[in-house]
Amino acid sequence: MDTIIELFSYDFFVNAFLASLLAAISCGIIGTYIVSRRIVFISGGITHASFGGIGMGYYLGINPLVGAAIFSILSGMGIQLFSSKGKVREDSSIAIWWSLGMAIGIIFVYLTPGYAPNLLSYLFGSILTVSTGEIWLMLALVVLIVLFFTLFYRTILYIAFDEDFAKTSDLPVGLFNYLLMILISLTIVLNIRVVGIILILSLLTIPQATANVLTREFGRMMFYSVGFAFLASFIGLLISYFADIPSGATIIFTQVVLFGFVKLIKAF
Amino acid sequence: MKKLLEIKNLSAGYDGNMVLENVNLEVFSGDFIGIIGPNGGGKTTLIKTILGLIKPSSGEMTLHISKTNIGYLPQVNQIDKRFPISVIDVVRSGKANTALFSSFHKNLGEKQKAESLLSEMGILHIRNKAIGELSGGQMQRVFLCRALMNEPELLVLDEPSTYVDNNFEGELYLKLKELNEQMAILLISHDVGTISFFVKTIACVNRHLHHHPSNIISEEQLASYNCPLQIITHGNIPHTVLKLHDEHEHHGHHH
Repeated sequence: MDTIIELFSYDFFVNAFLASLLAAISCGIIGTYIVSRRIVFISGGITHASFGGIGMGYYLGINPLVGAAIFSILSGMGIQLFSSKGKVREDSSIAIWWSLGMAIGIIFVYLTPGYAPNLLSYLFGSILTVSTGEIWLMLALVVLIVLFFTLFYRTILYIAFDEDFAKTSDLPVGLFNYLLMILISLTIVLNIRVVGIILILSLLTIPQATANVLTREFGRMMFYSVGFAFLASFIGLLISYFADIPSGATIIFTQVVLFGFVKLIKAF
Repeated sequence: MKKLLEIKNLSAGYDGNMVLENVNLEVFSGDFIGIIGPNGGGKTTLIKTILGLIKPSSGEMTLHISKTNIGYLPQVNQIDKRFPISVIDVVRSGKANTALFSSFHKNLGEKQKAESLLSEMGILHIRNKAIGELSGGQMQRVFLCRALMNEPELLVLDEPSTYVDNNFEGELYLKLKELNEQMAILLISHDVGTISFFVKTIACVNRHLHHHPSNIISEEQLASYNCPLQIITHGNIPHTVLKLHDEHEHHGHHH
């Protein structure tokens, strides 16, 4: 126990702790929306498409996360546009953006002269190297999401549950779909540093699955998801630190163990 | 009698395939119209056009009431039954036009309204259950409550008797008959035998629409409306027995 308290005297660990807390809040809330609305696959597409922006960031010498944000928002819009206006089947549209983003990323990383630093941390996450600047960005996102979901809780819920019915009630369905798509994109991008592109989907789905074992009510599912996401992230963080194994992967592993544990308890 | 909506020479469909052609229909307050017709004949397309969910390719659809004054009960299979939402929230979503600000205050009136509708249907005790835990009959009652939240002038129901037991089906139609004293009703059903006992007029929809001015319809009339139908009747529910004009087609399928 003393060793854990001692860890908090290190800046990098405080940052990692804050990152796991903020990631749990944004992913817990946004993930509940994603899972309830069954748009996990779209979110996977957006996540991987953002790699194109990371590669471009390296090539142009700007912060790769800025590039990732642009790419993920554009791909989110692109997926919706392709399937609604372009008459491409939605899952095919997702796959196109998913692989296009990855391809662009790989080409730009290759074209970047010299060595691409931290590339692996974008792919697999590196919570122990999250900077204070990134913490502030994550905090801003959390404030934005909490505010949006508090103000428009019922509108979001009603549109997510039955889009056609919401349209007949004159709710601004299209606007909310786009706003939420942007929030999903930002959540994915700002949490990439925590668990990485390859694993971010887990933070948006596993805590929610765990929460769903205990509740079938949207609002409660959000709170439980945040709790489970934070619990597993923090435990995973500690294990990865002491066992000296990759943090992102350990966090995901802990999430799954926690899910299994809750499911098992519920069964008895 | 107040005219609620008017459809003139309307054609509608998906991706250039017309499902409805040159449809005309007027709905007045007090109407109770049973919409019948074969699968794929355009029944759902018609009501989705009325609800503004589908834009007509040509012709006109004029609403003389506000869009939010239409109560809508969609087909149950359009609903995601595993969505994490409670019964009370489903019913409250029927008053969603004010929902933008409803998260600020508790909105007691809205909650009470939802609860009194649920208790009227005899299902107040399930108000905190998740939608996925309900039986077919309970689910239809919940969606009927949602459709009634806004005290609509026009109630539109798409196959409300699917997945429900026969007892509740009879109960539902009696309830609709009662509601018809306050609002006009458009009821889609594949079950002309049962609904013809409750509705006032019948609209046969099969690419075209024929509004039959009474609730009794003969085999010859159905044939002249080009409206082949399957008749399913149940034990204790009153029904008008009709003969199919397309019986030979069915024999043809089965050899």
